[in-house]
Amino acid sequence: MDSQRRKFLKMAGLTAVAGMGAPAINMLLKGEVRASETEASTAPALPTKSVKRLGMVVDVNKFGANPGLAQKCVEACHSIHNVPDFRNPDGSIDKKDEVKWIWAEKYEHTFPDASQYKRNVGLEELPVMTFCNHCDDPPCVRACPTQATFKAKDSGIVMMDYHRCIGCRFCMAACPYGARSFNWRDPRPFIKKLNPDFPTRMRGVVEKCTFCAERLAVGKIPACVEATGDTKAMVFGDLNDPNSEISKILASTFTIQRKPFLGTKPSVFYII
Amino acid sequence: MIEKALTGSSKYWAWMAFLAVLVGIGALSYSQQFQYGLGYTGMSRDVSWGLYISQFTFMVGVAAGGVMLVLPYYIHDFKAFHRITILGEFLAIAAVCMCLMFIIADLGQPMRLMNVLLHPTPHSMLFWDMIVLNGYLFLNLLVGWTLVHAEYKSPHRPVPPPKWIKPFIYLSIPWAVSIHTVTAFLYAGLPGRDFWLTAIMAPRFLASAFAAGPSLLVVMALIIKRVTKFDAGQVAIQKLVTIITYAALMNFFFIAMEFFTAFYSNIPGHKATLEYLFWGLDGANSLVPWMRFSMFIGAIAMVMILLPKTRYNEKTLGVACGMLFISLWIDKGLGLVLGGFVPSPTEYITQYYPTAGELAITVGVWAAGFMIVTVLYKIAISVRLNVEN
Repeated sequence: MDSQRRKFLKMAGLTAVAGMGAPAINMLLKGEVRASETEASTAPALPTKSVKRLGMVVDVNKFGANPGLAQKCVEACHSIHNVPDFRNPDGSIDKKDEVKWIWAEKYEHTFPDASQYKRNVGLEELPVMTFCNHCDDPPCVRACPTQATFKAKDSGIVMMDYHRCIGCRFCMAACPYGARSFNWRDPRPFIKKLNPDFPTRMRGVVEKCTFCAERLAVGKIPACVEATGDTKAMVFGDLNDPNSEISKILASTFTIQRKPFLGTKPSVFYII
Repeated sequence: MIEKALTGSSKYWAWMAFLAVLVGIGALSYSQQFQYGLGYTGMSRDVSWGLYISQFTFMVGVAAGGVMLVLPYYIHDFKAFHRITILGEFLAIAAVCMCLMFIIADLGQPMRLMNVLLHPTPHSMLFWDMIVLNGYLFLNLLVGWTLVHAEYKSPHRPVPPPKWIKPFIYLSIPWAVSIHTVTAFLYAGLPGRDFWLTAIMAPRFLASAFAAGPSLLVVMALIIKRVTKFDAGQVAIQKLVTIITYAALMNFFFIAMEFFTAFYSNIPGHKATLEYLFWGLDGANSLVPWMRFSMFIGAIAMVMILLPKTRYNEKTLGVACGMLFISLWIDKGLGLVLGGFVPSPTEYITQYYPTAGELAITVGVWAAGFMIVTVLYKIAISVRLNVEN
């Protein structure tokens, strides 16, 4: 907490020296300043909005090489977070009420803007893990009228306050990745096995992946990453730390992000 | 003054009772939705806004449309609007009330509504929408009530309205523009929703609003003329028709612009929703008949209000304005909001069908709006007729 505060004050001080003055500090304290603006005035300042910028690298090929791994990730996440399981009478997923934090999607749906023309045939079968991008510039946070969804300043995680959310679903319209789910009805009867260590939600609020903020707080790694074991199919870490494993992978491997042209700056990268 | 609404003919009471029944059915349905959650409606993960928000969006336009009377009357001193301007202001009150009801009906946690005030968030367009809508409601209540009250106080010796009200009247003019601009910003500022991501969203909203609001006013003025002694006057009605003509032409022009940009640029994301709305996409075509019908009756209505023969005949004029209103309602009150969700950000096509309960709530809000406008018009017209006799 203390070091975080110091970093923050340093950043504010630097900006003041650069002559941006009090309004700029105010913006900084509110966390509204853009990375490029800080860079323009103070060269060595933080490149992102948060002290840490937690992110993920998903290696799609490793999911292809380990059948069942994708489902294992989904189950780990959804069981820990008490995500309800809505089914139609025939056992298929009820698309209307569906709540999901992470799911295996087809490449053409996770990357609808990528060229699908004559792409390699095998890609069709690969499960592409799809979840919240924890954008550095999240449109959902911009849209939310109550700050019920907000960017954690220390970690960069896009968080949800289920007790403040009024259920207007503006964030769902704003998210360009379809990462958000709404509790169209009381989810509690549809939780397969209740995890007493994580809160359940009530009807009428939005929810999504939080990078397992509650597990990070006690020194664990996200549940999906844990589920991938030693496969390195998902690597989690701080994008702001040049020596982190994730930064090293990104520096040496070709990766893509979902819809980077929208300026949301996703923190999730894919090795295809 | 309110007592004017408490006396009336048996027709007046029958009309109010009819509306009360619809409001009652809507309220019962809402209590069910309140218990169950918004899964009571046809909305889904992919189509996360439905009829409530689309009706809300349309009614903001109807509310803003009132300014097409206030502006000529107060700024350009167009005297023929003397009798009809109050109808525009009172229509705006009812329309904004409907907007607020639709918003509340759409909230997953309506009891937390005040969180928008407790945690004011200037970077959210919804926060600004709340401010401008409530401000507009306040302005129209204040102005409308003060003007009618001035007539009410001295029916035999006409007195001008108090001077202090003038600034509020002038303020209400840009404010009317602001409500629909900010409402357009709810859509036009979202990345990844290509159909909504257009700089002419706000201009298009305003054009359709300035056609739809006055169209409804013409229809209501013609009905009022038949059921009461109150006549808005031929000059006022024809001036309104002129305004409607220009606004509707601009609206259809803007729609054509959307088609050009999407189809000449040939960018798939920009074409997809238009294709879904007018031709269907991958076999999904639930809105196609609606959108085509909207364009069809819109075109007929335009011809009717352009031809002198049908424009100067009250019956055909009423039909034309009614058709134009329905055309604009389908275009904005259905297609614009519902279409924006197809395809989804992950390019799935999910169609939305409102449930019976959701329709009942929607009809209930419309009925409540008609009740409000009936009561307000009853008061305004009774006071005015009292002055004139």
